[in-house]
Amino acid sequence: MVPLWWYISLAVVLFVIGAAGVLLRRNILVVLMSLELLLNSVNINFIAFGRYYDDFRGQIFAIFVIAITAAEVAVALGILVALVRNKSTLKIDDVTTMKG
Amino acid sequence: MGQGFFLLFAAGAVVTALTVVLARNPVHSALALMACFLQISAIFVLLEAPLLAVVQIFVYVGAIMVLFLFVIMMIDVREAVLQRFLPGQNLPALTLLVLLGLEMLALVLWSGRFSAVAPTTSREGDQVRQLSTTLFADYLLPFEVASIILLAALVGAIVLARKESG
Repeated sequence: MVPLWWYISLAVVLFVIGAAGVLLRRNILVVLMSLELLLNSVNINFIAFGRYYDDFRGQIFAIFVIAITAAEVAVALGILVALVRNKSTLKIDDVTTMKG
Repeated sequence: MGQGFFLLFAAGAVVTALTVVLARNPVHSALALMACFLQISAIFVLLEAPLLAVVQIFVYVGAIMVLFLFVIMMIDVREAVLQRFLPGQNLPALTLLVLLGLEMLALVLWSGRFSAVAPTTSREGDQVRQLSTTLFADYLLPFEVASIILLAALVGAIVLARKESG
Protein backbone atom coordinates (compact mmCIF):
# COMPACT_ATOMS: atom_id res chain seq x y z
CA MET A 1 0.00 0.00 0.00
CA VAL A 2 1.27 3.43 -0.86
CA PRO A 3 2.06 5.57 2.20
CA LEU A 4 0.58 9.02 2.47
CA TRP A 5 3.79 10.97 2.16
CA TRP A 6 4.33 9.69 -1.38
CA TYR A 7 1.22 11.52 -2.51
CA ILE A 8 2.17 14.64 -0.56
CA SER A 9 5.67 14.59 -2.07
CA LEU A 10 4.22 14.28 -5.57
CA ALA A 11 1.98 17.27 -4.85
CA VAL A 12 4.99 19.23 -3.56
CA VAL A 13 6.99 18.49 -6.72
CA LEU A 14 4.10 19.46 -8.99
CA PHE A 15 3.52 22.63 -6.97
CA VAL A 16 7.16 23.69 -7.29
CA ILE A 17 7.14 23.02 -11.04
CA GLY A 18 3.94 25.04 -11.44
CA ALA A 19 5.33 27.89 -9.36
CA ALA A 20 8.46 27.85 -11.52
CA GLY A 21 6.25 28.21 -14.57
CA VAL A 22 4.39 31.14 -13.03
CA LEU A 23 7.55 32.94 -11.92
CA LEU A 24 9.94 32.24 -14.78
CA ARG A 25 7.92 32.05 -17.98
CA ARG A 26 7.03 35.24 -19.80
CA ASN A 27 4.25 33.88 -22.00
CA ILE A 28 0.81 34.60 -20.54
CA LEU A 29 -0.67 31.36 -21.88
CA VAL A 30 2.01 29.24 -20.24
CA VAL A 31 1.59 31.17 -16.97
CA LEU A 32 -2.12 30.32 -17.02
CA MET A 33 -1.35 26.64 -17.68
CA SER A 34 1.09 26.62 -14.76
CA LEU A 35 -1.70 28.01 -12.56
CA GLU A 36 -3.78 24.98 -13.54
CA LEU A 37 -0.88 22.78 -12.46
CA LEU A 38 -0.77 24.49 -9.05
CA LEU A 39 -4.48 23.95 -8.47
CA ASN A 40 -4.18 20.31 -9.49
CA SER A 41 -1.41 19.64 -7.00
CA VAL A 42 -3.64 21.06 -4.27
CA ASN A 43 -6.40 18.74 -5.45
CA ILE A 44 -4.09 15.74 -5.03
CA ASN A 45 -3.48 16.84 -1.45
CA PHE A 46 -7.19 17.21 -0.72
CA ILE A 47 -8.09 13.79 -2.08
CA ALA A 48 -5.12 12.02 -0.48
CA PHE A 49 -5.89 13.41 2.97
CA GLY A 50 -9.57 12.64 2.51
CA ARG A 51 -8.73 9.05 1.60
CA TYR A 52 -6.23 8.43 4.39
CA TYR A 53 -8.30 10.03 7.14
CA ASP A 54 -11.49 8.44 5.80
CA ASP A 55 -13.39 11.66 5.23
CA PHE A 56 -15.56 12.73 2.31
CA ARG A 57 -14.80 16.40 2.75
CA GLY A 58 -11.55 16.11 0.81
CA GLN A 59 -13.37 15.05 -2.35
CA ILE A 60 -16.06 17.69 -1.84
CA PHE A 61 -13.49 20.45 -1.55
CA ALA A 62 -11.73 19.10 -4.64
CA ILE A 63 -15.01 19.41 -6.56
CA PHE A 64 -15.31 23.04 -5.49
CA VAL A 65 -11.70 23.70 -6.47
CA ILE A 66 -12.40 22.29 -9.94
CA ALA A 67 -15.49 24.50 -10.33
CA ILE A 68 -13.60 27.63 -9.29
CA THR A 69 -10.77 26.71 -11.66
CA ALA A 70 -13.18 26.49 -14.57
CA ALA A 71 -14.55 29.94 -13.76
CA GLU A 72 -11.05 31.37 -13.40
CA VAL A 73 -9.88 29.99 -16.73
CA ALA A 74 -12.93 31.34 -18.56
CA VAL A 75 -12.46 34.85 -17.18
CA ALA A 76 -8.68 34.79 -17.66
CA LEU A 77 -8.91 33.71 -21.29
CA GLY A 78 -11.60 36.35 -21.92
CA ILE A 79 -9.26 39.00 -20.52
CA LEU A 80 -6.44 37.56 -22.63
CA VAL A 81 -8.47 37.77 -25.85
CA ALA A 82 -9.46 41.37 -25.07
CA LEU A 83 -5.83 42.20 -24.25
CA VAL A 84 -4.47 40.72 -27.46
CA ARG A 85 -7.11 42.58 -29.44
CA ASN A 86 -6.09 45.90 -27.90
CA LYS A 87 -2.35 45.56 -27.39
CA SER A 88 -1.21 42.63 -29.55
CA THR A 89 1.30 41.17 -27.15
CA LEU A 90 1.63 37.94 -25.19
CA LYS A 91 4.58 38.89 -23.00
CA ILE A 92 3.84 39.65 -19.40
CA ASP A 93 6.49 42.36 -19.24
CA ASP A 94 4.71 44.41 -21.89
CA VAL A 95 1.49 44.56 -19.92
CA THR A 96 2.20 47.36 -17.49
CA THR A 97 -0.90 49.48 -17.97
CA MET A 98 -2.00 49.12 -14.36
CA LYS A 99 1.36 49.96 -12.85
CA GLY A 100 0.82 52.88 -10.48
CA MET B 1 1.24 -3.47 -7.14
CA GLY B 2 -0.27 -0.15 -6.11
CA GLN B 3 3.19 1.20 -5.48
CA GLY B 4 4.35 0.33 -8.98
CA PHE B 5 1.33 2.01 -10.54
CA PHE B 6 1.80 5.06 -8.33
CA LEU B 7 5.45 5.40 -9.33
CA LEU B 8 4.57 5.03 -13.00
CA PHE B 9 1.85 7.68 -12.95
CA ALA B 10 3.84 10.02 -10.70
CA ALA B 11 6.87 9.85 -13.00
CA GLY B 12 4.63 10.54 -15.99
CA ALA B 13 3.01 13.48 -14.24
CA VAL B 14 6.35 15.02 -13.24
CA VAL B 15 7.86 14.59 -16.72
CA THR B 16 4.84 16.09 -18.48
CA ALA B 17 4.70 18.96 -15.97
CA LEU B 18 8.35 19.73 -16.69
CA THR B 19 7.50 19.66 -20.39
CA VAL B 20 4.73 22.22 -19.77
CA VAL B 21 7.17 24.63 -18.20
CA LEU B 22 10.14 24.02 -20.50
CA ALA B 23 8.54 23.74 -23.94
CA ARG B 24 9.06 26.71 -26.24
CA ASN B 25 5.86 26.32 -28.20
CA PRO B 26 2.62 27.01 -26.26
CA VAL B 27 0.84 24.29 -28.25
CA HIS B 28 3.35 21.74 -26.95
CA SER B 29 2.78 23.08 -23.44
CA ALA B 30 -0.97 22.65 -23.81
CA LEU B 31 -0.67 19.07 -25.06
CA ALA B 32 1.78 18.17 -22.27
CA LEU B 33 -0.62 19.69 -19.75
CA MET B 34 -3.37 17.46 -21.13
CA ALA B 35 -1.15 14.39 -20.63
CA CYS B 36 -0.34 15.57 -17.10
CA PHE B 37 -4.06 15.86 -16.26
CA LEU B 38 -4.59 12.31 -17.49
CA GLN B 39 -1.84 11.03 -15.19
CA ILE B 40 -3.32 12.94 -12.26
CA SER B 41 -6.74 11.46 -12.92
CA ALA B 42 -5.13 8.01 -12.86
CA ILE B 43 -3.71 8.91 -9.46
CA PHE B 44 -7.23 9.86 -8.35
CA VAL B 45 -8.33 6.36 -9.35
CA LEU B 46 -5.53 4.95 -7.17
CA LEU B 47 -6.89 7.08 -4.32
CA GLU B 48 -10.31 5.45 -4.75
CA ALA B 49 -11.99 8.60 -5.95
CA PRO B 50 -13.48 7.46 -9.28
CA LEU B 51 -15.97 10.31 -9.49
CA LEU B 52 -13.20 12.89 -9.18
CA ALA B 53 -11.15 11.07 -11.82
CA VAL B 54 -14.02 11.27 -14.31
CA VAL B 55 -14.74 14.90 -13.42
CA GLN B 56 -11.04 15.67 -13.89
CA ILE B 57 -11.07 14.21 -17.40
CA PHE B 58 -14.35 15.91 -18.35
CA VAL B 59 -13.55 19.35 -17.00
CA TYR B 60 -9.81 19.67 -17.50
CA VAL B 61 -9.07 17.55 -20.55
CA GLY B 62 -12.44 18.08 -22.16
CA ALA B 63 -13.26 21.69 -21.46
CA ILE B 64 -10.31 23.69 -20.21
CA MET B 65 -7.74 22.32 -22.62
CA VAL B 66 -10.06 22.82 -25.59
CA LEU B 67 -10.50 26.41 -24.40
CA PHE B 68 -6.73 26.86 -24.28
CA LEU B 69 -6.26 25.38 -27.73
CA PHE B 70 -9.00 27.59 -29.18
CA VAL B 71 -7.38 30.69 -27.73
CA ILE B 72 -3.98 29.60 -29.10
CA MET B 73 -5.63 29.19 -32.50
CA MET B 74 -7.34 32.59 -32.27
CA ILE B 75 -4.26 34.60 -31.43
CA ASP B 76 -0.89 34.58 -33.11
CA VAL B 77 1.59 32.89 -30.81
CA ARG B 78 4.63 33.03 -33.03
CA GLU B 79 6.01 36.31 -31.75
CA ALA B 80 6.17 35.15 -28.14
CA VAL B 81 7.59 31.72 -28.86
CA LEU B 82 11.23 32.56 -29.03
CA GLN B 83 11.79 34.25 -25.71
CA ARG B 84 11.41 31.56 -23.12
CA PHE B 85 12.62 32.86 -19.78
CA LEU B 86 13.04 36.29 -18.36
CA PRO B 87 16.60 37.15 -19.38
CA GLY B 88 19.02 37.84 -16.59
CA GLN B 89 17.13 38.40 -13.40
CA ASN B 90 15.66 34.96 -12.72
CA LEU B 91 18.22 33.90 -10.11
CA PRO B 92 16.23 35.19 -7.08
CA ALA B 93 13.10 33.40 -8.30
CA LEU B 94 15.05 30.16 -8.80
CA THR B 95 16.57 30.39 -5.32
CA LEU B 96 13.14 31.04 -3.84
CA LEU B 97 11.68 28.03 -5.65
CA VAL B 98 14.46 25.67 -4.55
CA LEU B 99 14.10 26.88 -0.95
CA LEU B 100 10.32 26.42 -1.10
CA GLY B 101 10.59 22.89 -2.44
CA LEU B 102 13.28 21.87 0.06
CA GLU B 103 11.31 23.33 2.94
CA MET B 104 8.08 21.58 2.06
CA LEU B 105 9.81 18.24 1.41
CA ALA B 106 11.77 18.51 4.67
CA LEU B 107 8.59 19.22 6.61
CA VAL B 108 6.78 16.29 4.99
CA LEU B 109 9.63 13.86 5.60
CA TRP B 110 10.39 15.11 9.10
CA SER B 111 6.84 15.02 10.43
CA GLY B 112 5.65 11.62 11.56
CA ARG B 113 2.01 12.25 10.73
CA PHE B 114 2.36 11.66 7.02
CA SER B 115 3.47 8.05 7.31
CA ALA B 116 -0.12 6.92 7.87
CA VAL B 117 -1.27 3.94 5.86
CA ALA B 118 -4.70 3.85 4.33
CA PRO B 119 -7.52 2.42 6.38
CA THR B 120 -7.84 -1.16 5.25
CA THR B 121 -11.59 -1.36 5.74
CA SER B 122 -12.98 0.17 2.62
CA ARG B 123 -16.32 1.85 2.89
CA GLU B 124 -19.25 -0.42 2.44
CA GLY B 125 -21.95 0.48 -0.01
CA ASP B 126 -21.98 2.77 -2.98
CA GLN B 127 -19.29 5.38 -2.54
CA VAL B 128 -20.53 7.81 -5.17
CA ARG B 129 -24.01 7.71 -3.63
CA GLN B 130 -22.62 8.58 -0.20
CA LEU B 131 -20.51 11.35 -1.67
CA SER B 132 -23.43 12.93 -3.49
CA THR B 133 -25.65 12.62 -0.43
CA THR B 134 -23.05 14.52 1.59
CA LEU B 135 -22.60 17.08 -1.18
CA PHE B 136 -26.29 17.82 -1.68
CA ALA B 137 -27.32 17.64 1.97
CA ASP B 138 -24.56 19.16 4.06
CA TYR B 139 -22.87 21.29 1.41
CA LEU B 140 -25.90 22.55 -0.51
CA LEU B 141 -25.24 26.25 0.11
CA PRO B 142 -21.58 26.15 -1.10
CA PHE B 143 -22.77 24.17 -4.11
CA GLU B 144 -25.28 26.87 -5.04
CA VAL B 145 -22.68 29.58 -4.46
CA ALA B 146 -20.31 27.73 -6.80
CA SER B 147 -22.98 27.59 -9.48
CA ILE B 148 -23.61 31.33 -9.13
CA ILE B 149 -19.85 31.93 -9.46
CA LEU B 150 -19.83 29.85 -12.64
CA LEU B 151 -22.76 31.83 -14.05
CA ALA B 152 -21.05 35.12 -13.24
CA ALA B 153 -17.81 33.90 -14.85
CA LEU B 154 -19.76 32.86 -17.97
CA VAL B 155 -21.38 36.26 -18.34
CA GLY B 156 -18.12 38.03 -17.56
CA ALA B 157 -16.16 36.05 -20.14
CA ILE B 158 -18.74 36.79 -22.83
CA VAL B 159 -18.73 40.50 -22.00
CA LEU B 160 -14.93 40.66 -21.91
CA ALA B 161 -14.34 38.83 -25.16
CA ARG B 162 -17.09 40.61 -27.12
CA LYS B 163 -16.09 43.03 -29.81
CA GLU B 164 -16.87 46.61 -28.92
CA SER B 165 -19.74 47.78 -31.12
CA GLY B 166 -18.94 51.23 -32.37
